[in-house]
Amino acid sequence: MSASKEVLLNPVGRNNPIALQILGVCSALAVTSNLNTAMVMTLAVIAVTAFSNLFVSIIRNHIPSNIRIICQMTIIASLVIVVDQILKAYAYDVSKQLSVFVGLIITNCIVMGRAEAFAMQNPPGISFMDGIGNGLGYGAVLIFVAFFRELFGSGSLFGIEILPLVNNGGWYQANGMMLLPPSAFFLIGAFIWILRTWDKSQVEKPDFELAKNTKKEAA
Amino acid sequence: MSANKDTIGKTITVTVLLCVVCSVIVSAAAVLLKPIQVANKELDRKSNILAAANIDYAGQDVIKLFDERIKTKIVDMETGKYTDAVDAATYDANKAAKDPALSVKLERSTDIASIKRQAKYMPVYMVEKDGQLEKVVLPVHGYGLWSTLYGFLALEGDLNTVIGLGFYAHAETPGLGGEVDNPKWKALWPGKKVYPEGSTEPKLGLIKGTAIPGAPGAEHQIDGLAGATLTSIGVTNLVQFWMGENGYATFLANLKAGEV
Repeated sequence: MSASKEVLLNPVGRNNPIALQILGVCSALAVTSNLNTAMVMTLAVIAVTAFSNLFVSIIRNHIPSNIRIICQMTIIASLVIVVDQILKAYAYDVSKQLSVFVGLIITNCIVMGRAEAFAMQNPPGISFMDGIGNGLGYGAVLIFVAFFRELFGSGSLFGIEILPLVNNGGWYQANGMMLLPPSAFFLIGAFIWILRTWDKSQVEKPDFELAKNTKKEAA
Repeated sequence: MSANKDTIGKTITVTVLLCVVCSVIVSAAAVLLKPIQVANKELDRKSNILAAANIDYAGQDVIKLFDERIKTKIVDMETGKYTDAVDAATYDANKAAKDPALSVKLERSTDIASIKRQAKYMPVYMVEKDGQLEKVVLPVHGYGLWSTLYGFLALEGDLNTVIGLGFYAHAETPGLGGEVDNPKWKALWPGKKVYPEGSTEPKLGLIKGTAIPGAPGAEHQIDGLAGATLTSIGVTNLVQFWMGENGYATFLANLKAGEV
């Protein structure tokens, strides 16, 4: 696999920012109640991580190391404002639903984590790819979660009715918990479980092991 | 180069340059996209009003249709008469409610919708047909469980029969209080009466369970939202506040008597 392809695809599966690095979970809870908002949020995050990585990487040799975090934040914050303005202009309905969460991309740990960990040490081209890859990895989890939340919570996908709801004269009793943020915890947990079953190298070593012949109750 | 990038001079240069470049980009985006954003907001507001008045706007030019069918008037909430104190085209009642010069603080006892401050002037939207008043759309808002619900209540020309109630902004629990957006629930509103015969005391509100057609008072009752008692109470309160004496009751009485 070529280097740029690896940088692009690795974060989607093997090194997923949410599933392995456990970054950016907060917004994954908030914007996944339907697929539409999850898709737009994914695109917004991909744009912000890719371009913040690119710009941080371009000026990485000029950023004084004692103010580097502030410099990264300035770039990220500017990009987020631009994305928010564009959404308000061209996707008004979705931006109304996403409301503050677009602005909160600024605090999304993935964006800053990649700027600090990758873009500060690597040339612009590959940093840009890394940004897209991590944005995609974040988006993959978002869409996975949103798929189940919308299907079981509202009986629809992308707003199109799949399971007719009892409320509308159908047979499916909507699962109200799926519409509430905590359900995303269960789904992200399930996602991590599936991922680690498929890729055993992600399984962390236990912090300690029980001594032999210890009864479970005694532990 | 990287050896001396930590000097004070370099730090200040980088900071200043970075800030200038970023601020130029941010301001450019904000200024260039502003006209589109304003148009979007306007379109959103106007289509909400058309929807509340039950005028079908699908596939039509919303702005043109709005200008053709709907007349915006500003009402002085104290006298209940039209006023020219503010420009109807640019007046934003939600903004005015936060401005001490344009709003009044509500007493706790009268503030049943929990809105704290009320704008002195409210826009009302009149739909006329052949010079006769056909429908009137009134902006309403009030607190539910998590959020303030903003919406429009539309009345028939008799100023008592409901055409519909629709909310354009709220953050109630999806699936429970969020069911205020459910078309099936919204379909319960048309035909209900706000005031009993000869009274100006609003009776319209949500009840626990299902309203039985034909039962006494059923024309003022709407089914409560299952599992969303506090949102239901909030909706009842906001309807009763805005249709009561602190709301549009005075204006509606004037309008009926033809003295606006």
